[in-house]
Amino acid sequence: MPVIEITGLTKDYPRGFWRKRLHRALDGLNLTVEAGEVFGLLGPNGAGKTTTLKLLMRLIYPTAGSAKLLGRPFTDIDVHRRLGYLPEAPYFYQYLTAREFLDYCGQLFGLPKADRRRRLGELLEQVGLTEAADIALRFFSRGMLQRVGIAQALVNDPELVFLDEPMLGLDPVGRREVRDLILRLGAAGKTVCFSTHVLPDVESVCSRVAILNRGRLHGLGTLGEILKIHVQASEVLVSGFSAALVEALRRLTDGVRVAGDKLSATVPDEQLYTVIDCVRQQGGRLLAVNPVRASLEDYFFEQFGTEKVPELTSRE
Amino acid sequence: MQRVAAIAFNTFREAVRDRVLYNLIVFALLLIGTAILFGQISIGVERLIVINLGLTAVTFFGLAIAIFIGIGLVYKEMDQRTLYVLLAKPVRRVEFILGKFFGLALTLLVNTALMGVGFFLALYYVEGRISLPEANLLAALYFVFLALLLATALALLFSCFSSPVLSAALTFGLFVAGSLAEDLRELGRMMEVPVVEMLTRVVYYVIPNFRNFNVISGVAHGHPVPAALLWENTAYAFLYIGLVLAAAALIFQNRNLK
Repeated sequence: MPVIEITGLTKDYPRGFWRKRLHRALDGLNLTVEAGEVFGLLGPNGAGKTTTLKLLMRLIYPTAGSAKLLGRPFTDIDVHRRLGYLPEAPYFYQYLTAREFLDYCGQLFGLPKADRRRRLGELLEQVGLTEAADIALRFFSRGMLQRVGIAQALVNDPELVFLDEPMLGLDPVGRREVRDLILRLGAAGKTVCFSTHVLPDVESVCSRVAILNRGRLHGLGTLGEILKIHVQASEVLVSGFSAALVEALRRLTDGVRVAGDKLSATVPDEQLYTVIDCVRQQGGRLLAVNPVRASLEDYFFEQFGTEKVPELTSRE
Repeated sequence: MQRVAAIAFNTFREAVRDRVLYNLIVFALLLIGTAILFGQISIGVERLIVINLGLTAVTFFGLAIAIFIGIGLVYKEMDQRTLYVLLAKPVRRVEFILGKFFGLALTLLVNTALMGVGFFLALYYVEGRISLPEANLLAALYFVFLALLLATALALLFSCFSSPVLSAALTFGLFVAGSLAEDLRELGRMMEVPVVEMLTRVVYYVIPNFRNFNVISGVAHGHPVPAALLWENTAYAFLYIGLVLAAAALIFQNRNLK
């Protein structure tokens, strides 16, 4: 059963002081996410990812279109009992401690006191804030606030979790922890939908992704499906090479680079085995063969690099 | 209801942890204290001076608290984006508005009570005896509290669509205008121009009549507060607050958060 069904979701923002013009932040988005998926919303800044999540959370109102969450209209307040949401770069009440804030969130879900106490202990442990639980949030670093944000999104043990840039402001260890947390949520049967503009964030965790740019959906599927048109080469790393091997490889492919005692060559897929055979025959030592993945930045640059700014529609 | 109570309690907690609040209370108590000095140099009218100055201090410092905290209630949450987390939860926007109002109302209740205690202590000091608080003085204090609730509701309304500075100016402006509403109507009547008379009468009925809540001068001179006025002022305040909160909820309901 789809847990997210978005149909023609559109959002225009008025811009300008005297003469209001409309800027289309989201343009007729259609999207379906199935139960249990870990789904990534990918795109550069201004793509419409945050707008999509804010619309689903009722923080802003759509210009057109509709959406269903867990089979109910997204405006239905009861649906929000079963959701979790982490806003982008979240801000919290500075005068509260992490424990007080999470307890407040639990109260808003109507959780009984005993349940809140138990859940808070689990969550603080889960996000690694047990030690800092009774410190005011104004003393928290960006990364710690992000952890509090993740904890509050899970306070009601939601079926569907929306995370807007969950790795933002986290150090490598923190990013890894959040990735693990998302994987654990997925393994526990939760549906997770998160936005990011960083490719490695989604690579290891997402079952499917949607690629957005300037408010429009440009791709939907697994990351491999979407980027595969660009994955047509491999990087071969060799040591113990001779001048003859370098010469032979340069005849086969253009992308041969020598750095110290290592040689690397970018080889088109159709020549990969020829190159490997050549390395073996010439006595080189094959260290690694890695597929060359186009980065999301490469993808966007190739797809949209020359595209003009989206059309501005006059209100009148 | 539980959500409204949670938001109200959190609003109260925020106010209690704000240093501005304590500064204002200390200033109010100091001013009430100076009333004693004024009383001592005003032979024969000590009680009159203490009541006048004391209750006026409670009104104006209460108003300062209502405005300073009230104008930021919604605006600050929108500006700092603390609202995102809140409204994504099963919280209706009207519940948020009500929670904010009741939270500040609770803050004002505690503050008015504290300042009231200070006022009665000052009064006992100049009178040289301790007795049960007079009903008239309690009624005057109750009216001050009602006026502060009304000012809070107005500050909350303005906070839904304007910046804190503008909200403060509008709330204070309406408080002053509402305190002079009857003078304005009289002025219109005296001008004997039908259009002006009608306009001033409309303004008189539309703006909140804060003068009705001010019985300080009367009780200072020992005039009793009529029982009917208690009911009238209570009904007026609650009706007006209800309308203002409904308007605030309507405006806030339709707002896109930035």
